[in-house]
Amino acid sequence: MAVEAFGSAPRVKVAPWNDPVVRGWVFQIVVVGLVAALAWYLIGNTLDNLNRQKIASGFDYLGREAGFEIGDTMISYSPASTYARAIWVGILNTLRVAVLGIILSTILGTLVGIGRLSPNWLLSKICEWYVEAFRNVPLLLWLFLFYKLIVEAFPGPRQAISAFWNSVFLSNRGLYFPVPVADPIHKWMGVGLLAGIIGAIALHRWAKKRQEATGQPFPSISAGVVVVIGTPALVWFAGGAPTTMSWPALKGFNFEGGTVIQPEFTALLVGLVLYTSAFVAEIVRSGILALHKGQSEAAAALGLSRGQSMRLVLLPQALRVIVPPMTSQYLNITKNSSLAIAIGYPDLVASINVTINQTGQAIENILLIMAAYLSVSLSISAFMNWYNRRIALTER
Amino acid sequence: MTDSLPTGERRQLAPPLIERGALGWMRRNLFSSWANGIITVVLVVFVGSILSSFLEWAVFTANVTAATGSECHGQGACWALIVEKYRLIFFGTFPYEQQWRPLVASITLLAMLVMTSDRRMWNWRLLVIWSVGSFITFLMMFGQIHIPLSLFLAIALLVGGVGMSLRKAIADAGEMNAYRTLAAIGLIGLALRIAGILPAWSLDIAPLSYVETGLWGGIPVTLILASYGLVFAFPYGILLALGRRSDLPLIRALCVGFIELIRGVPLISLLIMASVMLPLFLPSGVTFDKFLRAQVAIILFAGAYIAEVIRGGLQSLPKGQYEAAEALGFNYVQKTALIILPQALRVVIPPLINTFLGFFKDTSLVLIIGIFDFLNTANQALVDPNWAGFPAEIYMFAALIYFIFCYSVSRYSKHLEVELNRGTRH
Repeated sequence: MAVEAFGSAPRVKVAPWNDPVVRGWVFQIVVVGLVAALAWYLIGNTLDNLNRQKIASGFDYLGREAGFEIGDTMISYSPASTYARAIWVGILNTLRVAVLGIILSTILGTLVGIGRLSPNWLLSKICEWYVEAFRNVPLLLWLFLFYKLIVEAFPGPRQAISAFWNSVFLSNRGLYFPVPVADPIHKWMGVGLLAGIIGAIALHRWAKKRQEATGQPFPSISAGVVVVIGTPALVWFAGGAPTTMSWPALKGFNFEGGTVIQPEFTALLVGLVLYTSAFVAEIVRSGILALHKGQSEAAAALGLSRGQSMRLVLLPQALRVIVPPMTSQYLNITKNSSLAIAIGYPDLVASINVTINQTGQAIENILLIMAAYLSVSLSISAFMNWYNRRIALTER
Repeated sequence: MTDSLPTGERRQLAPPLIERGALGWMRRNLFSSWANGIITVVLVVFVGSILSSFLEWAVFTANVTAATGSECHGQGACWALIVEKYRLIFFGTFPYEQQWRPLVASITLLAMLVMTSDRRMWNWRLLVIWSVGSFITFLMMFGQIHIPLSLFLAIALLVGGVGMSLRKAIADAGEMNAYRTLAAIGLIGLALRIAGILPAWSLDIAPLSYVETGLWGGIPVTLILASYGLVFAFPYGILLALGRRSDLPLIRALCVGFIELIRGVPLISLLIMASVMLPLFLPSGVTFDKFLRAQVAIILFAGAYIAEVIRGGLQSLPKGQYEAAEALGFNYVQKTALIILPQALRVVIPPLINTFLGFFKDTSLVLIIGIFDFLNTANQALVDPNWAGFPAEIYMFAALIYFIFCYSVSRYSKHLEVELNRGTRH
């Protein structure tokens, strides 16, 4: 009886302008109405302006001929290609520098972060000053410095520094080195590499299961390396082991043949990696410092080797602290790669900027930039969240 | 037995030579094991050779007095370039004889920042510091200031409105009436102004020649973009964070959408948007200063990041604080402004300063849309054909300036973290 009365306590009658629910809805409707009115006003102005300036709208321009050169492309591209192709080249260039940047800055940052914790005073001081120097100066300034140094400090193509019996050339046009001539077998080697990676993961899972069941260890890591490298190598042998190489050689004012890592790309990658690794180092350091000393002592008491205790006990726990802030650093690298435009590396923003200047269709192009970055950002977030859940502490 | 112990002069043996003093320190910190010893030796050789060739270049063979770049070639660092171009690097293309004005503006801005860093000022004094400081800064930069009547009216409305909701049931009748009067004057005045009944009157202060924003450059531009980015993004970020934590679904959706959209795209795309898309949004004939457009883009960008930092502070408060404020009969504004925010903001001050540092560095991106911030004016110093070929000198000088500013701010943030946690430290 009492419970029933409590549960269905009659609502106190209040005037509607004092009822928090009514107030809440009125407030929300007013705010959304204001935002909608602002949007309506801006869109109206925009349509007006577009009409007056005779700017076309819609995405039809994507199919038209782009007509501009791109210096550094991963897929075949010429000025006769379409705008869509030019933007795709930009996206691939952004992804290339972002992926390499993420991998390299993780490695370098981890080394520096561990170095800061070293008992060696000199090493830890050097790592500390490395971190302070790189993160207290704008990334853009580093990019300009590295780019100008590469372009002005290295000799021209005719006086290029050569190494490895005139097969590798370093000049202000970039680093030229020989590559195998394209062969259909390369595609199948890629498939082989993928199969090798899948095989290695399966092998690792099997080894773990067996060790949990029988206690017998299996060197799944070294076996995995053999599988990953061996599968494409086997495919290469099966395909007749083609060894024709394309060698770089000086022709006229520049090199021909081989392949090149261009100075813009190098400056961008080096700048991004050095800058971001300073932040990664701090994250790794705080992750390791967050661990209790008893963890490494307990691991040693169980008879684990230093490597084992790092891999099986310390790292998995430190990763829980490290992964969330690391995710935002990875997102930062991807977004910061857009600074490429300042030193002339043809990334997504650079391609789209030229497209805006040529077509005048700013809105569609900026929507494209935003859509592209948002989808890359969201995929990285989704992957890192999945990884974070996997390594998270599983409690009762 | 006991009398065999010496009682008079007890000789204290010093630790062995190798354990104390500089030698002991080196043994403990540099040569504690074989591996450490090898690392130390390799590092000393490596760092020593880099440092000695750097000093050779930057100090011993450097040229400070050359009159043109050609006298510098083939030697060490050409610091003469900095000596020649420092006015351009610091103040850009601001009219040359008038460059004391950006100097005064920069000093004012720095003084404002230094005063803001003092915790004793974190009250009404901040308002005074920033009002007076902003007045001096913009008077120096523009040379002339026109304050329209509507600005005074808007301030009256704001002060009256905030006072009415914050001091409700706390202030006495006289104070409340003062707020009501202020708000009424502001509201009615603005309404009359919009209706066109009140004339477009403005307070004109014009002691100096007018300099348009297109000629601004260097240190003051970077400081203005970063400081006013923070000043405006801060309240905006608070609103976004509160919106994201709100119980009202539509408000929450709006705020989450905005924050995630801004955080998902690079600042450059926002700047490009501000420079090419914003003009399309406005009715034809209305133009919008390029500098102001960049400032708006930076505020929108910084607001989203600040909102996320503040949300962290809001989440760290126990629910009891909200409930206690409600139990005291506080309305939403009072609860938020008097109970929740003072505690939440205190927690996030150090990360907020780091966020500020982040977009202080990011203001350098405005050079993409052709604004002459400090990095861009440093770039301009390289353009002169008489002084071609010394990028390292210019960039190292600019890097040093950035470093001094950012390093001191990050030290300050660390110091503040200790200071603010003094009450809660275990």
